[in-house]
Amino acid sequence: MSTQPDLLYSEEEEALRAAVRDLLTDHCQAAGVIARAESDAPHDLALWKALADGMGLAGLLVPEDKGGQGATHREAAVVLEELGRAVAPVPYLTSAVVATEALLACGDDDLLGRLASGRTIGVLAVALHLAPGAPFPAVRCDNGTLHGELAGIADAAVADVLLVPAEDGGLYAVDADAVTVTGQVSLDLTRPVATVRFDGAPGRRVGDADVAVRRALRAAAGLLASEQLGLADWTLTETVRYLKERKQFNRPVGGFQALKHRLAQLWLEVVNLRAAARAAADALARGESAGDGEGSGNGANGGSSGNGGNGGDVDVAVAVAQAYAAPVAVHAAEEALQLHGGIGMTWEHPVHLYLKRAKADSIAYGTAGAHREALAGLVDLQAP
Amino acid sequence: MTDSSLDAAALRRRTRQFLAAHPPAATDRLDFLRARFDAGLAWVHYPEGLGGLGAPRSLQVVVDAELQAAGAPDNDPRRIGIGLGMAAPTILRYGTEEQKRRYLRPLWTGEEVWCQLFSEPGAGSDLAALGTRAVRDGEDWVVNGQKVWTSSAHVARWAILIARTDPDVPKHRGITYFICDMTDPGVEVRPLRQITGEAEFNEVFLTDVRIPDTRRLGEVGDGWRVAQTTLMNERVSIGGMALPREGGMIGKVAQTWRERPELRTHDLHQRLLKLWVEAEVARLTGERLRQQLVAGQPGPEGSGMKLAFARLNQEISGLEVELRGAEGLLYDDWTMRRPELVDFTGRDTGYRYLRAKGNSIEGGTSEVLLNIVAERVLGLPAEPRTDKDVAWKDLAR
Repeated sequence: MSTQPDLLYSEEEEALRAAVRDLLTDHCQAAGVIARAESDAPHDLALWKALADGMGLAGLLVPEDKGGQGATHREAAVVLEELGRAVAPVPYLTSAVVATEALLACGDDDLLGRLASGRTIGVLAVALHLAPGAPFPAVRCDNGTLHGELAGIADAAVADVLLVPAEDGGLYAVDADAVTVTGQVSLDLTRPVATVRFDGAPGRRVGDADVAVRRALRAAAGLLASEQLGLADWTLTETVRYLKERKQFNRPVGGFQALKHRLAQLWLEVVNLRAAARAAADALARGESAGDGEGSGNGANGGSSGNGGNGGDVDVAVAVAQAYAAPVAVHAAEEALQLHGGIGMTWEHPVHLYLKRAKADSIAYGTAGAHREALAGLVDLQAP
Repeated sequence: MTDSSLDAAALRRRTRQFLAAHPPAATDRLDFLRARFDAGLAWVHYPEGLGGLGAPRSLQVVVDAELQAAGAPDNDPRRIGIGLGMAAPTILRYGTEEQKRRYLRPLWTGEEVWCQLFSEPGAGSDLAALGTRAVRDGEDWVVNGQKVWTSSAHVARWAILIARTDPDVPKHRGITYFICDMTDPGVEVRPLRQITGEAEFNEVFLTDVRIPDTRRLGEVGDGWRVAQTTLMNERVSIGGMALPREGGMIGKVAQTWRERPELRTHDLHQRLLKLWVEAEVARLTGERLRQQLVAGQPGPEGSGMKLAFARLNQEISGLEVELRGAEGLLYDDWTMRRPELVDFTGRDTGYRYLRAKGNSIEGGTSEVLLNIVAERVLGLPAEPRTDKDVAWKDLAR
């Protein structure tokens, strides 16, 4: 009956959220994340093991007959909300979503199964800032060996396998042992980027790069909105809590109307973001024919609210979510910092982790502006 | 209390039986509506005998769909919105049995239109400071005062009215809630012309209006609490509508954009896309709220919907005036008139721009709504109060 997206959380999704939150409360405290950020190993691989091995979350998007959990983007989105709330330094988005989606487009079931188990971490070697549909750099391929360098690759430092686009149009699986990964000093301490150098590394062609990258980045952009929701939700909640407790001028500063209005405004943005993020996750979950979204973006669809399974509607839902989410997450983190006053400016207080992640996320998988531009074509609001 | 034996299938059956007994094509409109009320199919969540069946509210859609498919007449809900959305829930909750039987049926069928006598020139956001006086005289109350921003007053048979019955206690405690007969000789309705040129609202002057005590709703002095039921329902009905994509103000400007390529500029394009995204997200938020209500898990999100739509309507209509360039300098018609229905997206661009200015004032200003969100949703401290323990008659005014 309904062509409207299901925007609620099911009981199972709420149970999943509770389980992930419990784990993160026990194993992902802010002080530990800050300390780890400057160490040689910013990623928390013990936490990754608990999420992947212990809870089976790395395989949510992979069908059961291929070694996964056979869940959908809706559940993966809930996991990402919680990981965002904790700015958890784990390669979930990059391996369990992006690399996994790329492999789902290719059909390499063996590697897919390894990623689903979480024992192998996969990373798509496409720079983090690129939007779905944007041209992406590729390396030279000579008789099955790869040559060149790619920069801005998120979580490459912990990758076991890289999925690398080559100039011949193929996507190649390359062992991380065969390449040189050099960490770049990154704005986001909890999702650092790196350069990857290929000096004749042997690669195995797993599929067509264009199709795989487009599908992977679309899912990434759509589900990133849920991570951004988690970031915004934490920063708002924590700021409200702090402003009830912090007293100046003999009263809680949260009682001043100028501040109350800013927080109420932020709450409204977070409420909106929740709807947009759920809509994107639901559209991805229902759009089984993901990857062939192109060609559906012509014509005004004003008045029709879409039918599940149509690639064009998935594209719209993803672009809307990403165009809305990035500024909200950044705004939430910036407000949190300002409203915390001096303590928010310290290295010790975790709000900077959220600001850095939110700002980096506003570039990741395409800026809000890039997604608005995509919408111009998708909903027929053409430029002059 | 709801009757759990009344599921969707049972209601569909009942509705079909009703339609068989009252074929819409062969039945007078009013007779049909009265019969529908008596059959409990008016608002199924109301009690039996009062237009309902004590069924879950979410099942009304089942009845409506059957009736619509059969081409049945409706009660023109837009014309009687104040009655349906505000007066009825309040009468249902606080009215005596006699009051419920007298008022609800003609209210629902639209035979009697209702209006709301709440706001006053000196009591806007601070509604509880209202000064319209009601003084007991035998079995009656004698009412004197001035109300404002009253839509439908010139066509209404009845009004819900709050008035001050005790000036010697703090403002929230001295108010009583009444049903006022708009045909009483002491009631004078004057159109209130607004910035759009028309008069969609009225001023209502009450001079020695006699209201029998039998038309009081709730206890003497308890009017503020009774009014909360009314106002709660106002905000739900303003913010809770589900819309299709491009269903609101954004659809108008998007249409202009598509049809008039010569008006496009790069600056307007950037702003339009931004507003389009925000309007779509607000629509999704409204849809999510609707789904929460259907699932029986109402969230606090409703408080924010009106805030979002007010700002968006204003920004989008402002953009459209600018988009029209030279035509944006024109206005369709300043003639004073008294429209019975209001359509925020109706008429011309200039009208939409001016009318939207009211969206952040009517039904609670955006500033007050932000306070409500901050205090009731986020739990932040309330504003310091200087009027709490002061008798109404001693307040600054």
